[in-house]
Amino acid sequence: MKLEFKLAYKNIIGAGLRTWLNVAILSFIYVLIIGSQGIYDGMMKQGVRVETDDRIAGGQFWHKDYDPNDPFSYDDSHAELTAKLQDMVISETAVPMLIKRATIYPDGRMKSVLIRGIKPMQDIVKIPTNSLGNTHKKLPVMIGTRMASTNNFQEGDYLTIRLRDIDGTFDAVEGRIVKIMSTRSVTIDKGQLWIPIQKLREITGMKNETTVLTIKTGLENIPGDTETWSFKDRDYLLRDIIKMVKSKKVSGLIMYMVLLFLALLAVFDTQVLAIFKRRKEIGTLIALGMTRSQVVKLFTLEGAMHGVLAALVGALYGTPLIYLFAKTGMDFTEVAEAYGMGYIAMLYPVYSAGLVIGTVFIVMLTVTVVSFIPSRKIATLDPTKALKGKVS
Amino acid sequence: MALIELKDMYKKFPMGKNEFTALKEINLEFEKGEFAGLVGPSGSGKTTMLNILGSLDTPSEGSARVLDNNIGDLSGKAAAQLRKKHMGFIFQTYNLLPVYTVYENIEFPLLILKMSREERKKKVADALDWVGLTDKKKSRPAQLSGGESQRVAVARAIVKRPDLVLADEPTANLDDENAYNVLEMMVKLNEELNTTFIFATHDHKVIKYLKRKINLIDGKITEDMADLPGVKG
Ligand SMILES: Nc1ncnc2c1ncn2[C@@H]1O[C@H](COP(=O)(O)OP(=O)(O)OP(=O)(O)O)[C@@H](O)[C@H]1O
Ligand SMILES: [Mg+2]
Repeated sequence: MKLEFKLAYKNIIGAGLRTWLNVAILSFIYVLIIGSQGIYDGMMKQGVRVETDDRIAGGQFWHKDYDPNDPFSYDDSHAELTAKLQDMVISETAVPMLIKRATIYPDGRMKSVLIRGIKPMQDIVKIPTNSLGNTHKKLPVMIGTRMASTNNFQEGDYLTIRLRDIDGTFDAVEGRIVKIMSTRSVTIDKGQLWIPIQKLREITGMKNETTVLTIKTGLENIPGDTETWSFKDRDYLLRDIIKMVKSKKVSGLIMYMVLLFLALLAVFDTQVLAIFKRRKEIGTLIALGMTRSQVVKLFTLEGAMHGVLAALVGALYGTPLIYLFAKTGMDFTEVAEAYGMGYIAMLYPVYSAGLVIGTVFIVMLTVTVVSFIPSRKIATLDPTKALKGKVS
Repeated sequence: MALIELKDMYKKFPMGKNEFTALKEINLEFEKGEFAGLVGPSGSGKTTMLNILGSLDTPSEGSARVLDNNIGDLSGKAAAQLRKKHMGFIFQTYNLLPVYTVYENIEFPLLILKMSREERKKKVADALDWVGLTDKKKSRPAQLSGGESQRVAVARAIVKRPDLVLADEPTANLDDENAYNVLEMMVKLNEELNTTFIFATHDHKVIKYLKRKINLIDGKITEDMADLPGVKG
C-alpha cells in the first residue's frame, strides 16, 4: 500500500496543472460546505440560546386552548393554575403569563398587538421585566426595539390600549412606555406589549388567570399534564427554529452537492483520460509484476488523492478564514432583521469536528468512487495490447 | 530441466469470424544463461512468442513451461508473481515510468518485491554502475537520450537479478553507437551474472551478438542455430 501511495502521489503531482485544478475546485467545495454549514450550525445554536434565554427557559405549560399561531385562541385560552403549578409560582420556579389581543393607535393608525402580562419580579426569562415593577406609575409598558422603531415609540411615550375584558366589553387604558428592551428574539418583540400581569388581570377582570406558565431552567420534578395544562418541553418550543435552520441547511447542501457533482465530473474525466493516455504505462506495470487489481488500486488511489490534497489545501486557507469568522462573528443584522431572525444579528459560526470530519468523509468517499469507476476497466485490460498502446 | 520448454504450441487470435494463427507448432527449449533471439520479419510472431514466455499471454494449444510454471494454467496473480520474481522486460520504447527519477525507476521492481531499504540501495547502486548512469540517477526519463533511457530500462530489468530477461526490439529506437553500447552491456551481464536473455528482433546489430538465432516466418520456426555446439533446441 505504501508503494502505491508513493507512486500515486508522484503521478498526481506529476500530472501538474490538471491535478491542481481539480484540487482547487475540491478544496473550494470543502471550505464552502464546512463554512456555510458552520454558519447554519451557529445560527441554530444562537437561535436556540436566545429563544431559551428570553422566551422558553425550562419549558412552558400551555393552557389547552392556547395556539400561538392562532391569535383568536387567545381570547379563551386562560385559566387558573392548579395548586401544584401555583406552588411553583410562589416558590419562584415558574412565572405566569397572561396573553391577550389588543389594539393600539400609534400616530392615529390602528394596530393589532398582543399584550403579555408577566410577573415583573422574575428571573426565569432573561428580559428586563423588573422595569415593570414600579407600579405607582400609570400602566407601565415594556416593548422591544423592533416594536419601538416600527412605531416610532420612545421611552416615556404614552399609548392607548384597547382590549376586551372577560365579558367581551371593550376597555381602553392608557399606558406609558417605561422600557425599550433589546432582545434577539423577534417573537417577544414585534407586535408585543409587556405589562405587569397583575394589571392585565385587573383590567380584564381575569383574576388569577394564566395563559402560559414558563418554568425555570434545569428543574428536575416537572408536574405532569392536567386536563387544562399541558407541558411543552424545549424541543417542542424550539421546533420551528430547528426546522427552519435544518431546511436552510439542506437547501444549502443541495447547492453544494451540485458543485461537488461538477467537481467529481472533473475528477472522473481526469481519470478516464489518465487511463487512456497511460495504457502503455499500465501494461509496463503489469509486465513488471504488478497484478491488475494492484494497478486498479493504484489508479483509484491516484484519483482519491485529489480529495486528500484538496483537504490539505482547503485546510491551509480555510482554517484561518473559518477561525476568523468563528472568532469575530459576522454582522448579519440587516439580513437577519429582514428575515425575522433577530437572533443571528451577530452570527458566530460553529465548526464542529463532526461537520469537518463528515464533510471530508463524504467528499473523500465520492471522489474515491468516481476514481474507481473508470479504473475498474484496467481489471479486464489485456496487458499485451496495453503495452502496444491499444485499448481493448 | 530446461528453463523454458515449449511443446506443440500454437497461438491463435480471433479475427472476425475466423482465427488467425500467429504461432504454429512451436517446439523449443531454452537453457539457463542463453543469449538467444527470435529473428524474423515483421508480423512473424516474435512479440507474440515473447508475450507468452513473459506470462503476459497464454498459448492457444500445446504447452509453455517457463521456470516450472505452466503458462496456460497460471492465474493472473500467479503470473504477476512469476514476472515480479523472475523476469525482466525490455521494450522497444523503453517504457520508463515518467514521474519517477532514474533511480526510482530502477528501484521499482525491488519495491514491489518488498525488499529492504538497504538491499534496494545496494542493488540500485550496482545496477546504475553496470549501465554507467550513476551520475544521472536523479534525472527524469524526459531528460534522457534514447540510449540512456534504454540503459535505464536494462538496469530496471536486471536489478533484481532475474532468471530471464525478455527484450523486444531493444535497439530499434537507438542509433548504432547506442545500440552497440546497450548490447555490449547486455552481453556483459549475460556473461557475468549468467542471466538468460531472449530477444525479439530483426536488427542486424542485435543478430550479430546473438549466441543462438531462432528464425520465425509466419509463426513457424524455420531455423534454430547456435554458435556454440551443444546449446541447441
Ligand atoms: N491481439 C492480436 N489480435 C489479432 N492478431 C494479432 C494480435 N497480436 C498479434 N497479432 C497478429 O499476429 C501476428 C504476429 O504479430 P507479432 O506482433 O507477434 O509480430 P512481430 O513478429 O512481433 O512483428 P514486428 O516485428 O512488427 O513487431 C501479426 O500478423 C499480428 O497482426
Ligand atoms: Mg513485435
